[in-house]
Amino acid sequence: MAIELPENVVISKLDQLANWCRKNSLWPMPFATACCGIELMATGASKHDLARFGAEVFRFSPRQCDLMIVAGRVVMKMLPVLQRIWQQMHEPKWCISMGACASTGGVFDTYSVVQGIDRFLPVDMYVPGCPPRPEQLIQSIIDLQDKIQREGTLNGREFNLESRQEPKRALVEIPSASLFDGARNPIF
Amino acid sequence: MATTDTTTLQALQGRFPAVTTSEFRGQTRVVVPSESLYDVLAFLKNDRGFDFLSDVTCVDYLNYRDAKDRFGLVYILVSTLTNERLFVRSFLNEPELAVPSAVPLWEGANWLEREVWDMFGIKFVGHPDLRRILLPPEYTAHPLRKDYPLQGRGERHNFPVLARNSA
Amino acid sequence: MSLVAPQHATVEDVVRDDAQDYLWTLNFGPQHPATHTTLRLLLKLDGERVVDAVPDIGYLHSGFEKLGEHLDYNQYVTVTDRMNYISPMANNVAWHTSVERLLGIEITPRCQYIRSIVAELARISDHLLCNGAVGLDVGAFTFFLYAFYQREVLYDIFETLCGARFTNSYTRVGGLMHDMTPLVIEKIRAFLRKFPKTLDDMDRLLNRNKIFIDRTKGVGILTKEQAINRSASGPIARASGVTRDLRKDEPYLAYKDFDFQVCCAPAGDCLARYLVRMAEMRESLKIVEQAVENLPAGEINVGINQRTALPSKKMVYSSIEGTISHFELTMSNRGFEVPHEESYAANEAANGELGFYLVGDGNDVAYRARCRPPSFIHFALFPDLIRGHTLSDIVAVLGSLNIIAAELDR
Ligand code: SF4
Repeated sequence: MAIELPENVVISKLDQLANWCRKNSLWPMPFATACCGIELMATGASKHDLARFGAEVFRFSPRQCDLMIVAGRVVMKMLPVLQRIWQQMHEPKWCISMGACASTGGVFDTYSVVQGIDRFLPVDMYVPGCPPRPEQLIQSIIDLQDKIQREGTLNGREFNLESRQEPKRALVEIPSASLFDGARNPIF
Repeated sequence: MATTDTTTLQALQGRFPAVTTSEFRGQTRVVVPSESLYDVLAFLKNDRGFDFLSDVTCVDYLNYRDAKDRFGLVYILVSTLTNERLFVRSFLNEPELAVPSAVPLWEGANWLEREVWDMFGIKFVGHPDLRRILLPPEYTAHPLRKDYPLQGRGERHNFPVLARNSA
Repeated sequence: MSLVAPQHATVEDVVRDDAQDYLWTLNFGPQHPATHTTLRLLLKLDGERVVDAVPDIGYLHSGFEKLGEHLDYNQYVTVTDRMNYISPMANNVAWHTSVERLLGIEITPRCQYIRSIVAELARISDHLLCNGAVGLDVGAFTFFLYAFYQREVLYDIFETLCGARFTNSYTRVGGLMHDMTPLVIEKIRAFLRKFPKTLDDMDRLLNRNKIFIDRTKGVGILTKEQAINRSASGPIARASGVTRDLRKDEPYLAYKDFDFQVCCAPAGDCLARYLVRMAEMRESLKIVEQAVENLPAGEINVGINQRTALPSKKMVYSSIEGTISHFELTMSNRGFEVPHEESYAANEAANGELGFYLVGDGNDVAYRARCRPPSFIHFALFPDLIRGHTLSDIVAVLGSLNIIAAELDR
């Protein structure tokens, strides 16, 4: 087909157009529980200015948001709340697990802290650090935008992929009995 | 430095002969049998001016060297007038894990005692609302006991898993 | 003695107890922007008026005290950072004050001064956030930005001092991570010069602001008797007329060398708590200034015969005692000697009396590390403070109590 196009027309796939719109207007839901929440606030504040990356519209109602940022440790009393909030968000939605605690439990390998929210929720991005610096969180949001642009589809087919269903685990779980011999002397 | 007037101790021992005292790093401790705990606390508050209850806590002496009793309650009392500090100790053994509540004396004891109940399973008789405070109500263990493992018994991972397409 | 079963199994039962049909129940939290943290309230409302409030906490209970039984005295300082993450330095100092009380260590004058400086800077940063958040909650957004800007300056000082913005872990048993550099002192001096101006601006913004005063005056009154009876401490007790300040009453660190005043107010309402915090920041500035100008020279760590703090590199390389001491302290089965005893030491942290009750069993790991958390005790006051006020006063009262969930639940 040799049709002359005017200069101000761009041809694209509908999928890509939708992704482009989505990635530049992420509305985060700040699920800030602990110390990482302070850095999350700093990321949104004037010095680091999340608005430069189109993700500054923090909304506290899950129904308005499409990006959940879990900042801080999630304990067993909080996890059902977290899952409830995740379910209340509309598709398409993404989740960033910010900080060592949300990703793996961090220093808190104790009876009440969930060792990584990815055991119970799908997570798209992990941000290492305790707490991650604001720059690191911004980098993860940029990476997430890349990911949305790369593999997103208009009706969210990518969320149904087989590989997306399995819970991701970075580490094999060590049986808890062997971590501490007796009450003392941690052996790791 | 937190010190306690000797007249207080003398008055206390005059009233309750079973009380023993000791001192470490300038901090005076009195050990009280659990039957007379409430009377001692009431005496200290009403007659000796210890109007401020700084803390209520407990220690589980399960594998502590030379320990005779399983649980040791600690009440930290302060007099806001003289700034004296006094540590009241009382020891408990299973199965009688119950002491009278200090809430009628100091309302501040309310949540502190609930926390001790939650963490150690010690009952405070006469407490207005002795519920678990930090852990979920369906929790069965008392985690600060020494026979409870640090990583718990799997309670932390007893939840349904949400998959990507299940929302 | 008869055992009573717990009257209520869950928090919902408490509210359901005497349901009158014109009252309705509102769930507030645990994930709500105005709580700032993860706490939950079940409110019983008569229209706009709060008839009763039942707090439900534990949404951030992470087992700090259990962890204290498994990490040694130097490792656990990292966990205290995460306790009151608004002023972590104060927690570091409180923790190691308690450990040193148990071990019977007398720290060097320079270390005392530096610890006083960082603890007071932490107090300023805590009060800035608390007052800023009160302002934010009742609608004074500009005020919040003034406060937050200065917090970034403080973060910068801490970062220069120890490399982390707010998870500092700066203290060690018997000393500090490292000494203050001239650059840090310069930055603190600059802060001391500029900050009073910001404080004046903040005073001018809110102290005579009609809306702010209407929202906070007479709201959430805590009487002096109640404050003492319910174990309140810190600025909250002082705003109710309790003249108790551990820095004066049980002097620790170098506080007896400094000239400062204890700030009190008689009213006991939210406004008084705000004003006490504002005044305390000025007093803290005075302390920091005196400490920085009179900083004694000398070592920051205790000597090697105390066998707790690592000896200096020079000593390790040039003397046999230094080498042995360094070697022994880093061996996992040596460490330092801890008495078979228990002790308690409290500091006046930004929120109130922050103390640790430690039980030593000869190991370099505490047998029991109990923390006396001021936020926990202050949040217990909340139902009494809010009863009879309107729904919109909740945020003002909550803000003025300065509840930090990680310290509340540990
Ligand atoms: S990762 Fe570190 S800073 Fe973040 S919540 Fe956990 S302990 Fe706090």
